[in-house]
Formats: sequence, structure tokens, C-alpha cells
Amino acid sequence: MSATTYRTCPRSGLQFEASAEKLMIINAVTAVVALLVGGILAIGVVLTRWPAVHWLDADTFYMVLTAHGIDMLIFWIIFFEVAVLYFCSSTLLRCRLATPKLAWAAYVLMLVGAVMNNVAVFQGGSSVMMTSYVPMMASSWFYLGLILFAVGALIACFIFFGTLVIAKRDKTYQGSVPLVTFGAITAAIIAVFTITSGAIILIPTWLMSLGVVQSVDALVYRTIWWAFGHSSQQINVAAHISIWYAVAAIAFGAKPMSERVSRMAFLLYILFLQLASAHHLLADPGVSTAWKVVNTSYFMYFAVLASMIHGLTIPGAIEVAQRAKGYNNGLFEWLRKAPWGNPVFSGMFIALIGFGFLGGISGVMMGTEQLNMIIHNTIYVPGHFHATVVVGTTLSFMALTYFLIPVLFRREMIAPTLAKWQPYLFGFSMYFFCLVMMGAGTLGVSRRHWDMAFSGAAMAYEWPGAAYLMMGLVGMSGVAAIAGGAIYIYVTVGSLLWGKKLDQGAVSEKFTPIPPTAPTVVAQSYGSAGFTAPGTFALAMVFLVAFVLYYFVNWKYLSTLWGLA
Amino acid sequence: MSAPHTPQEDDPDEPIPFMQQLLDNPFLLLFLGVMVPMVVYTLWGVIDILSVPLAR
Repeated sequence: MSATTYRTCPRSGLQFEASAEKLMIINAVTAVVALLVGGILAIGVVLTRWPAVHWLDADTFYMVLTAHGIDMLIFWIIFFEVAVLYFCSSTLLRCRLATPKLAWAAYVLMLVGAVMNNVAVFQGGSSVMMTSYVPMMASSWFYLGLILFAVGALIACFIFFGTLVIAKRDKTYQGSVPLVTFGAITAAIIAVFTITSGAIILIPTWLMSLGVVQSVDALVYRTIWWAFGHSSQQINVAAHISIWYAVAAIAFGAKPMSERVSRMAFLLYILFLQLASAHHLLADPGVSTAWKVVNTSYFMYFAVLASMIHGLTIPGAIEVAQRAKGYNNGLFEWLRKAPWGNPVFSGMFIALIGFGFLGGISGVMMGTEQLNMIIHNTIYVPGHFHATVVVGTTLSFMALTYFLIPVLFRREMIAPTLAKWQPYLFGFSMYFFCLVMMGAGTLGVSRRHWDMAFSGAAMAYEWPGAAYLMMGLVGMSGVAAIAGGAIYIYVTVGSLLWGKKLDQGAVSEKFTPIPPTAPTVVAQSYGSAGFTAPGTFALAMVFLVAFVLYYFVNWKYLSTLWGLA
Repeated sequence: MSAPHTPQEDDPDEPIPFMQQLLDNPFLLLFLGVMVPMVVYTLWGVIDILSVPLAR
């Protein structure tokens, strides 16, 4: 075994192995660069879809939208997730990373793939959207870039699994892995299915772009591509829920309400979450009704149940921990006295509420075959997935970054006041952005379209004024959210560049020289807290009522669209 | 209400329940997590599409 060192962070009690730490830093920094590029592109998207501004010409808009989608949904998220996987294995299990040289090779493959894909898009011949449906062809470099990236990410997943083997072999933990690591295992498993699906369909499409393969069936492409395209967002769900458990453990010392229940919820994700991909094909004629119903209803509801369990047990765990500290007055003193000025907590909690109420409820509505017809391919769909991926995942990753700046990057955070407000600006403007997008989508406004007015078209459509109003509000709230994202980039990159260097802590060549230490001891161990959380159960009832009402309203709306004789 | 529970309180001679064995085996979980959607979503979906009669 090659010599390595272990650094014990004096601020968190976490132990970082040297090679794992470097890999976490490089993957996280690259992720933030992808976020920066995607964020700049977002300006072009929102200022073009804002009808009164309508900034970019059509060709540039479609190019910018393609790059924005891939940079945000694939590169930003998966680079960060690789850092999270290494953190949840090597750091939380206090062992060395498996095959660090191979991990560097995986990183280089991912970086080369990401750059290659971006260059292909910006050359202008690959404005095929993130979905890149055949037979519309992009440059072969577009597909090759995605394939290289996917291979690198797949290698990173197996390095994560290899690190689990090392930790078990070296007995760096007792019993079961910590729940946060179990959540990361869930994310990695979904990632393996996702990336394999991507390879299955993108390799023949790449060969088609080279002229080696004559054709790829459009329906088969759509079916398998969505096993990649949607499941990649399910990796995010598992990853950001793991982060929520980690933040609850770190900020409050909160143990899960029940380890067994939370692990069973993750198991439901492993088995059923990927099947939600089918809701993209609810309007497709080639797949059977039985396939649609089984995938998007019976089985996907197990995954929805799992999300609701996490949505209950994470705030519940925080409530139990707060009540143990004496915050017992009324239903919500525990919540009022939470550290709302700490962006690690506020970011996580705003993400949790937005993900559940906006992303979760709208996702279940969209996954219902009949209701899907109301909003299929409208801007409601990006409204939904900005609530899950941006409010849920991106804001959670931002919150974790604020924890990692002093712990992993060993820098004092610059502009703490800006950082304190950033989750509120970014989170609440995204809440509003998603709501008005979903409102416009309910009125039928198309997703992805350069000009909702269809100016000059032979068959123009007269939108109600509310549609234009809501698209204007999409533009305004989008600009506010971009400002929130810019503050995050400024604080994180600025802290790395100009933040005061912090003590790195003791460095040892010994294997696992310390036991888990406060304040992260709960994140590194096993144990349940119990179910005494009346405030959380009250919040869960509010969620349930909102869920039922929204579901009912959409069925009512559907019933008004086609009169029955 | 269930009491807080840690593995240290368990009897070391007690057999490990099946579900815990499953949850503690990441490679078995990996197999299930890939196979279930591969069969229920991908394979079934592709068979559905390939079963559509060709237009004449």
C-alpha cells in the first residue's frame, strides 16, 4: 500500500485522507466552474423567454439552452456528486480511498468529456437540447464527450464501492455504515444504472453520427435515453437527501428518528426510483399502458413514499435534537430557535421544504398518466425540475459547500453576511420562478420554445394575458435567482482565493488514528432518536393537505378540458 | 415510542436479520438496483416498442 497521511480537521473532527481530500477538492471546484458556466448561460435563457426582452436570436438561444441544460444537469451535479461520494466513503468511514490514481484518471476523463461536449455545442452544430433525440444529429464530438464523461463517472462510482470494501476490510467502522454513507451508496447504485443506460444508447448514436450505424430507432432511443436523463436526477435526490441527514447531524447532532425506517426508505429508492423515468413517455404511443401504469404509478409510488419518509424523518430528527436541548415550548419553538443565520442549515431547510412542496407534489401530479396530458411538454416541466434539481439539489450542495469551506478547503469564509442571505435570495427566488413557470405551463406555454408568440407563423395562437405576465415573472425571478447563484460563486471562489488560511490540524500516518469526534460524531455513527416530534407531524399534515388539494384541483382542471356527453 | 437504539445494545450472539444482511451488502443492493429497473423499465419498454407491427 502506498504511503498516505490522514489530517484531522480541528473544526469538524473529520479525518481526511490526503489523496481523497485532493480529489474531493478538484471535483468540487470543477463542479463550481460548471455551475458558473451554466449560470452565465442561464442569463441568456431567462432573458430570451421573458417576452418583453426576448434577447437572443433563435439559433443562439437553442445553443445556449442546450449548453445550460447539460452543464447544470450533468456536469455541475455529477462532478459535485463524485466529491460527495469520496467524502461519504473515505472521510465518513475514516479510511483511504481505493485506487487514487484511477480516481484521477476518472476525473481527467470526466473533464475532457465535459470540455469536448461544451466545445461541440458552442461550435453551433449541436443545438439538440440535452435530450438530443434522434434522428436530429449533433456533432460526433458532442456524443463522444458525453460518453467519456459517463465512463469517468462510472469509474468514480466503482472507486466509491472499492473504498467501502477497504473500510470493511480494515474495520474502520462497526456494524452498519452510517446512514449518510448508506444514502451515498443509494446514489452510487442509481448512478451505475443511469450511466450504463446512457452508454447503451449514446454509443450507437455516436456511431450513427459517424455514419457507422445507419439508424437508431427514435422510440427505443427515447426510452433508454430517459433511463439516463431522468435517473441522473434521481442520483441527485439520493445525494441531496444524504446531505440533509449529514447537515442535521452536523448542525444539531441529530440522530435519525429511526435508522431502520430511513434505510428502508433508501432501499425503496434503490428498487423503484429509476422507474420514474417513464413519466417522460406518457404521451408516447409505442409503449403499452400496462408499462406506463406499472412504472409511473404502482412502483413509483413506493419511491414517493420513501421521499415522504425522508421529508418527515429529517425535520423530525432535528426537532427531537432541539427538544432535547430544551426547546420544548409549543409545537414550533424548536424550529424558531434553529440557526437560521447559518447558511448550512438555512440552505438545507429551504431546499427540503421547496423540494417537497414544489418539486415533490408537482412530480407526483405529472407522473399520473391522465394529469400528465394537461402539462406534457409545457414549461410546467422545467418548473417542476427546477424545484427538484435547483431548489432541492443545487441549494443543498450550496449549503454543504458553506460547511466544507473551512473544513475541506481550510479557508475562512469571506463575506459571511452575504453568505447568510444567499440561501434566502436564491431559494425564495427559485420558489417563485418554479411557481410561475408551472402557472404558465398550466396555461399551455411550451417548454424550450424561442418565441411563445409564434410571431409570423401561419397559425398564431392568442395566449391569455396571464401567460405573458407569468413568463415576464419567470424572467424577473430568474434574474434574481442568478444573482443568488452569483453570490454563491463569489463567496466560494473568493474564499478559496482570498480567505484566511486556517489551521489544517494534526496530520498522522496512522490508519484511523481517532474515533469519531464532535460535531460530526452522529454523521459517522449508527443510532436512532425516536419519534417524539409533534411539530414535524403537524407540518406533515400541512403537506398532506396541500398534496391532496393540489391533486384534486388538477383532476378538476382536467375534467373541464374535455366536456363529456 | 421506540427507545433510542444502538448496535452496542444488541446481543452479539443474536443472528443478523435478513433485511439487515441485505442492507449491509452494497453489492447485492447494486445488483438489485440495476436489475429491477433494467427489467421493469428498459427491457419491458423495448419489448413493447419492438412488438409494434411495422406499417406496410
